[in-house]
Amino acid sequence: MSLLGNLTLDAVPYHEPIIMVTLAVIGVIGLAIVGLITKYQKWGVLWHNWLTSVDHKRLGIMYIILALVMLIRGFSDAIMMRTQLAMATNGAAGYLPPEHYDQIFTAHGIIMIIFMAMPFMIGLMNIVLPLQIGARDVAFPFMNNLSFWLAAAGAVLINISLGLGEFAKTGWLAYPPLSEMSFSPGVGVDYYIWALQISGIGTLLTGVNFLATVFKMRAPGMKLMQMPIFTWACTWANILIVASFPILTAVLGLLTLDRYLDFHFFTNDGGGNAMMYINLFWAWGHPEVYILVLPAFGIFSEVISTFTGKRLFGYTSMVWASGAISILGFVVWLHHFFTMGSSADVNAFFGVMTMIIAIPTGVKLFNWLFTMYRGRLRITVPVLWTLGFMVTFSIGGMTGVLLAVPGADYVLHNSLFLVAHFHNTIIGGAVFGYMAGFAFWFPKATGFHLNERLGKYSFWCWQIGFYVAFMPLYVLGFLGMTRRLNHTNNPDWNIWLYIAALGAVIIFVGIVLQFVQLYVSIRDRKQNPDVDGDPWNGHTLEWSTASPPQFYNFAVLPKVHDIDAFTDMKEKGIEYQAPDEYMPIHMPRNTAAGMQIAGAAGIVGFALIWHIWWLAIVGSLGMVVALIARCYAKDVDYYVEPQEVAEIERAHLASVATVKEEAL
Amino acid sequence: MLIRKLGYSALTASILLLSGCEGGVLDPKGQVGIDEKYLIVVATVLMLLVVIPVIGMTLYFAWRYREGREHEIYDPKWAHSTKIEVVVWLIPIVIIAILGTLTWYSTQELDPYKPLDHEHEPITIQVVSLNWKWLFIYPEQGIATVNEVVFPKDVPVEFKITSDTTMNSFFIPQLGSQIYSMAGMTTRLNLIANEAGEFDGISANYSGAGFTGMKFKAIAKDSEQDFEKWVSAVKHSPATLNDDSYAQLAKHSENNPVSYYGSVDSQMFQHVVMQFMGNMKQQDMHGEHQEHSAQMHMQAED
Repeated sequence: MSLLGNLTLDAVPYHEPIIMVTLAVIGVIGLAIVGLITKYQKWGVLWHNWLTSVDHKRLGIMYIILALVMLIRGFSDAIMMRTQLAMATNGAAGYLPPEHYDQIFTAHGIIMIIFMAMPFMIGLMNIVLPLQIGARDVAFPFMNNLSFWLAAAGAVLINISLGLGEFAKTGWLAYPPLSEMSFSPGVGVDYYIWALQISGIGTLLTGVNFLATVFKMRAPGMKLMQMPIFTWACTWANILIVASFPILTAVLGLLTLDRYLDFHFFTNDGGGNAMMYINLFWAWGHPEVYILVLPAFGIFSEVISTFTGKRLFGYTSMVWASGAISILGFVVWLHHFFTMGSSADVNAFFGVMTMIIAIPTGVKLFNWLFTMYRGRLRITVPVLWTLGFMVTFSIGGMTGVLLAVPGADYVLHNSLFLVAHFHNTIIGGAVFGYMAGFAFWFPKATGFHLNERLGKYSFWCWQIGFYVAFMPLYVLGFLGMTRRLNHTNNPDWNIWLYIAALGAVIIFVGIVLQFVQLYVSIRDRKQNPDVDGDPWNGHTLEWSTASPPQFYNFAVLPKVHDIDAFTDMKEKGIEYQAPDEYMPIHMPRNTAAGMQIAGAAGIVGFALIWHIWWLAIVGSLGMVVALIARCYAKDVDYYVEPQEVAEIERAHLASVATVKEEAL
Repeated sequence: MLIRKLGYSALTASILLLSGCEGGVLDPKGQVGIDEKYLIVVATVLMLLVVIPVIGMTLYFAWRYREGREHEIYDPKWAHSTKIEVVVWLIPIVIIAILGTLTWYSTQELDPYKPLDHEHEPITIQVVSLNWKWLFIYPEQGIATVNEVVFPKDVPVEFKITSDTTMNSFFIPQLGSQIYSMAGMTTRLNLIANEAGEFDGISANYSGAGFTGMKFKAIAKDSEQDFEKWVSAVKHSPATLNDDSYAQLAKHSENNPVSYYGSVDSQMFQHVVMQFMGNMKQQDMHGEHQEHSAQMHMQAED
């Protein structure tokens, strides 16, 4: 047994030019970033203000940066797959052999769901939720930092797999027996397991943290049924996280035992049963899609009611519709495998339960419609994403209900129709929502506006590109094309595969435009400041703070009398009032403990992947020691003196007053 | 209204377009597939009753109530209407109630395990998914084939399906339903071809490197005589499917050509299903397979 376990120099895929070039590019970009930070002497700022920060707003921004970086990675996978399938027609082999291609579709799924969509959603929730409920931070600020670093550690592991060893060749579900040692003896599945396991624990902690936050830290007077609708949507999602992520942890744990200690939970022999994995996986996996999409629904609600200048129609309906979706989301998992041979009664039950989810979802769509009714809709970038969502998601929802009919699923299961459906809901639902939220809350998080014109261009590329890329997949599904094929040999399919590849290129332009938008907006930030913190005439408390909000969020905790708490204040004329006196504000101190613990967890994961047992032991000890050290740390909080608060607030209120005067 | 009309015409056009294409699940050649296509069309039309108005209203409301149209009513505090709320809950409830009923009955009707309602006795074909090819055993005829399955049209076929390795899904898109093949278990699928012809068969569940090439041809013969003729031709094939030749076949291979076995060990399928029960020492009838199982186990680990 070597000191490095199974890790040798052969683990580097020298023979794969695509990977080697990618690694070189990543290396150059990484060096450039390091160089720039050093040149401008920003290491201190990076460390003190960001990496060790326990401020929910900064963590939120870091989550979104992680999501955007992983979006590039996940989208590169996507465009490689589409070009492979556009090239490998009529029996041609294309440029990606199964060995490589099978890793790409697995990585694409995991990256987009776990390392792009989840951090994006959690990032927005981090930035917005505490502000919306008038809290100064989350319930457990250090744990929030730890959650982020656990997610980042998982992302680092999955990226290491690119240059060291391989990633799983199993599909993102890693169904056994294919994911068992007998069929996947390489390190790919182990990368999958540990990347997911580590980031999954981070997500679970986030769920706990934000539930405690909304239940214990709402501003005085805010009843549960007065929480902003985005907060409610996130709360339902967090309930789902807390209830479902332990299932993922457990099922990955069982697979780990199979692979590492020769257990037989899911193996073909020894009394194992792969059906158990499939059931457990989807008992997490289905709630997971609602975890992704419910906060997006919340964003659409906020965007629509803000930009129509109206109250949200049917708030109570909206809250309970989300609740119904959450609860029903737990009794539909079997619809992912109607073709496993369950009895007709079982399949029919799960089919009907799935359809019932369409009822609260339909209600939500109608409520958004009636929020627009008799409003004054400003067609901004967030609104475009919302309208695009309402149209696109209606189609995705419809195809979802169709797949919920077992008789239809028997011929559409695993086909490109299914692939089109879930991209239709996850892109058209979740991603469009995050994009809307990104544009909506960007001025709040950063203090300056995004370039509106580039935002609109980007939206149209995404919207058109989506239809061009995924409508052909519906057709291909009807034509009998199944998913995860490496190459095809059916002349009827070719044209649709070409169109789909074109669609991916259009989406690519949309993504590029988004980064250009980000660059231009940062460059021109001085010209487009958000001075008063309320750029859209918002309804809820986050708009009552400065942009970016002060590190303590609220100098004085607001008193809440209404769902649209900030609108209520504005109507009463009490929105920018300084109190007679300020009180000291209790704040948590920054800490490197989150990085230490998550870093050690990442090392443990890496060591276990390569069977470097001594390192796994060292890493585990490191985790425990860092955690204990943190538990005994005394200097974890401090008070902001009233005088300092008063100065900050005076400056802010003065600049608000200037803007208001100019407006008059 | 314009949008609705456009929607309908787009729908009709796309259905026509898709039906015009050969192959695939909208060009079914067997009763199961025909029923499923009908189910898809009915369910889609039912849902479009809600989806098209929603899409239409989205665009219409966004247009009508956009900023700058000061002559429209603006009612910023209007956020509740019991009448509208009742309607928006009722519409999806009614549609889903209808669709749910349809689902319940169609699921019973299209249960892949349910023998087809047909005057003719079904023929049984055993199916084994291997890495990466399909083995078909005809217990009544005593023959076996690889990557080609043949049966007469207008005769129900009962497939009994298992896997030697990973999970696959046995699927002939133009005949209808698919079902998973899983090691150590037998799943069942009842299909029929209404027309003679050659149909594509695939694995519809990713199973590893050779998955893409895991294709077979399903050939429906014009008559039972034609089928018998084909059977006797296969019987002339010298190859025999027994433990040894099965072990050869089970080795990983990709893009296998069609091949025939003129005779088959009658217990072959049971062997494959029971191979993983090796160390469970239960039913006597499988006692004789202990050694065989161990051997299979080794192979799976290779």
